[in-house]
Amino acid sequence: MSKEVLSVKNLNMHYETLSGDVHAVKDVSFSVKEGESFGLVGESGCGKTSVAMSLLQLQADNAKISSGSIQLDGVELVGMNESELRKVRWDGISIVFQGAMNAWNPVVKVGEQIREAIREHYPEKSKAENTEKIESLFKMVGLDASVIDRFPHELSGGMKQRAIIALALSCDPKVVIADEPTTALDVVIQDQILKEIKKVQELLGLSLIYISHDIAVIAEMTNRMAVMYAGRVVESGPTAEIFANPRHSYTKALLESTPSVVGDRVKLNSLEGEPPSLIDEIPGCSFAPRCPNKTTTCKPELDMKLVEVGPEHYVDICSKESH
Amino acid sequence: MNENLEQDLQKQLRKEAIRRNWNLFRQSKLGMIGLYIVIFFLFLALLQPLLFVTGIWNKGVYDPVVGYEAIKDTFLVVECPKEYPTEKYESMKDCPGDGEINVKRLYLAPGVEVGDYYEAFIQPAPPSSRHLLGTDSLGRDVFSQIMEGSQVAFVLGFLSATLGVGISTILGTIAAFFGGRVDAYLMRQSDLILMLPSLPLLFIISAFAELKVWHLAIVLGVLGGLGGSVITIKSQALQVKVKPFVDSARITGGSRWRIMFSHVLPNVAPLALLFMVFSVTGAIASESVLSFLGLLNIDMSWGIMIYLSQTDGFIFSGLEFWWLILPAGLAVTLLAGGFYLVGRGLDDVFNPRLRKR
Amino acid sequence: MKKNVIEVTNLEKYYEVSGGFFSRKKDIVKAVDDISFEIPFGESLGLVGQSGCGKTTTARALCLLDPKTGGDVKFYNNETQDMENIDNLEDEELKKFRRNIQMIFQDPYESLNPRWTIKDIILEPLNIHNIGDLQDREEAVVEILKTVGLTPASNYLPRYPHELSGGQRQRVSIARTLIMKPKFVVCDEPTSMLDVSIRISIMDLMLNLAKDLEVSYLYITHDLAVARYMCNRIAVMFNGKIVEIAETEELLNNPIHPYTKRLISSIPVPDPSYDRKVYDVNYDELDAIIAKHGTDNPMVDMGNEHYIATHDVKGLI
Repeated sequence: MSKEVLSVKNLNMHYETLSGDVHAVKDVSFSVKEGESFGLVGESGCGKTSVAMSLLQLQADNAKISSGSIQLDGVELVGMNESELRKVRWDGISIVFQGAMNAWNPVVKVGEQIREAIREHYPEKSKAENTEKIESLFKMVGLDASVIDRFPHELSGGMKQRAIIALALSCDPKVVIADEPTTALDVVIQDQILKEIKKVQELLGLSLIYISHDIAVIAEMTNRMAVMYAGRVVESGPTAEIFANPRHSYTKALLESTPSVVGDRVKLNSLEGEPPSLIDEIPGCSFAPRCPNKTTTCKPELDMKLVEVGPEHYVDICSKESH
Repeated sequence: MNENLEQDLQKQLRKEAIRRNWNLFRQSKLGMIGLYIVIFFLFLALLQPLLFVTGIWNKGVYDPVVGYEAIKDTFLVVECPKEYPTEKYESMKDCPGDGEINVKRLYLAPGVEVGDYYEAFIQPAPPSSRHLLGTDSLGRDVFSQIMEGSQVAFVLGFLSATLGVGISTILGTIAAFFGGRVDAYLMRQSDLILMLPSLPLLFIISAFAELKVWHLAIVLGVLGGLGGSVITIKSQALQVKVKPFVDSARITGGSRWRIMFSHVLPNVAPLALLFMVFSVTGAIASESVLSFLGLLNIDMSWGIMIYLSQTDGFIFSGLEFWWLILPAGLAVTLLAGGFYLVGRGLDDVFNPRLRKR
Repeated sequence: MKKNVIEVTNLEKYYEVSGGFFSRKKDIVKAVDDISFEIPFGESLGLVGQSGCGKTTTARALCLLDPKTGGDVKFYNNETQDMENIDNLEDEELKKFRRNIQMIFQDPYESLNPRWTIKDIILEPLNIHNIGDLQDREEAVVEILKTVGLTPASNYLPRYPHELSGGQRQRVSIARTLIMKPKFVVCDEPTSMLDVSIRISIMDLMLNLAKDLEVSYLYITHDLAVARYMCNRIAVMFNGKIVEIAETEELLNNPIHPYTKRLISSIPVPDPSYDRKVYDVNYDELDAIIAKHGTDNPMVDMGNEHYIATHDVKGLI
């Protein structure tokens, strides 16, 4: 068994807002092993992006981590000061976030912007070394070396996103977070980018955290995954195992509500209702109000706990019994 | 029964919306300070007629324009010391010595000798319990003038702002909607008005016509309404025009005018309201400048008060006659600033990007 | 013979684009180039393609939002129960005809006027066309809200769009669209901005309404999986042209055109054990071939009502 690179334990994070505290991340625990691809799936507002931001300690000003720990190679990130964090970011953990391709500075050449990121972390490297490095990164993500001397507006959306991936890889990070990196792209380009990410991840033996709302993408991209709902991890385990044998009702619902181009044309099942507001404390199982398999034993006073139901397969169930 | 439920919910929702917006506004400290200032002056403006109606204030004494109070004081008539050249003693107080009055000043009054006690008027009189901010050089109550001035400021401000914003909203929306030549014409017109220096223009207008408050309000309103705000409102209307809900009204067969008035106008209204608040500031300031230059035919306003203290020669006498200058000057600054701050606060409410989430 | 709700023949939408700031030369962009299809009564057609392929332009032209620059479109008229060409209709007649065509937009946050209550939003079409008296209209609104699953209606009528969730807003959009009882509705990716768990309920609602109210959709999407769920037939669009059109399962199982193959192979499959088929298609070559043949682009029936564009793609198949 390979060793854990990143481990998150009992992470709690909330946003202080005018209308009250929004509990975006509740008691989230997971770990990512060396060289594996870990998926985080859930609907918008389920807390997956908040988790990503906490991992980088890049959360918004009004966000507070109230408890829990995030360890990268055994080094605690929660509570680190800004200058220590700057060292960890990018060569420890880097991120490709949603719409990142629009984050390029329009008046600086793409190569120069990546060079700057490398210089920040490895000032001792020479310019030629850096250029060589960028060229090899571009080759890896399927970009021509000439892109180094181009301005961002000269690139298509797909090329910009590839260059962003190269930027994320520029300081040889141990963990790369990809937060919906293909959401704004077309299916065909999404497909190319996904293949590129997967190739790079396998080639470099990266630990990848892939965040998406699309369970089909998660199915293709990851070895292990966690499903989030209303700020909690409701189920986690090996991807194949979860797809074959989903235990939590929400996971089942997600799987049953995703249309596919292959297989029989089946009637999909929809979920009633909407995800709960994260402002109010939700006692007990937060999915219970929408759960199609709710039973009389689902009571709000029961505490929720991740319980191992199979090899490395955890489900968030109340202390009495599974539903 | 359903009807009632719906109406109840409607009332409740409206209340909630008001409360939500109020809470947002309240978050802005500057906006609240501005609001307090505006409320203070509104209170002053409303207080004056109340004082007259209830008889607490006598019109003969406290009327800001024709009221008059003779405040006398007793002075000892002295001959000024030699070392002070007598020509200098223009006013009663110039001569050294308290409660004394110099001889030169009394040459006009026959039969008064050095050593006599002599009763003289003191105008402008400093603040006293009877006249909280003293009187001006004609014996009129300054506090009452300040109150009158705030009435003028509110009337002028709201009149010109409403007119100006009304014009610019309609023109801006029309420019966005019809485009082409109409747009080009309106935009060039805005450019022209923007380039025109508005104060000299007002000087010229005042040379041809006697400008009363509401004339000034119309002139300021029209100038403001045809100027730069048309361009801003147009750009906002252009953004609304391409929203899917406008498309969906077009698909259904809604006419151009219908879409303009029921879809686009309500969506540029918040911006227009913001403009309105800011243009009140401009109107109050312009009035003061014009009055100070003596170009307006207004009986009383803050600008007139400063103008009068200037023509009577008190404005350069340092702070000795502070009650003639400071209250009016402060009032102009405070109210104009107050409206500006309210605008800043409203900006926080209307501009969701600036909101704390 | 099957009755159609819409027949589109050789539809064109060209734009003139100036060559640059100093250039007087005008380029012509063929956003929609010579496309033809029809939708039979009660069936839905999916229009699938990448962004920029002309599918939204097609939608806007069919909804009379932007004038088409060529071709012939015939709509089913609810009143006369006949196909009608509306190119030469006068203003009043055109306005009257518009009740036969409706559109549902992609963004539920932008497609409802934020300053109107739900009641006013749904009432608008009835007000524009002056249908029934005030009480009739209000009853119709309550009824349609029930149809789209927003009950009790009194809980929604006085609210503003921002007080509803995305799914609820899209239901309101659907209600507003269907209150005129159209037979033909254009849907521009109506579920792409909704959450996964909400998406299916909106799609199911639309499918049920199609069955109950005999509505046909032109369903525009970039997601073949969604099109498969919603539509009887699928047309694949590429560079302003329809390159392949067939019955849904036929198209997915036996794609012929290289672009269709490429599109199908790029859809992720929610099954970790599934290995996607890889069709390798050279885009540039494909593009060049299609561009070379211009508008001379008749569709050929490959059997089973499966049509593909006949430009020389054989080398790529």
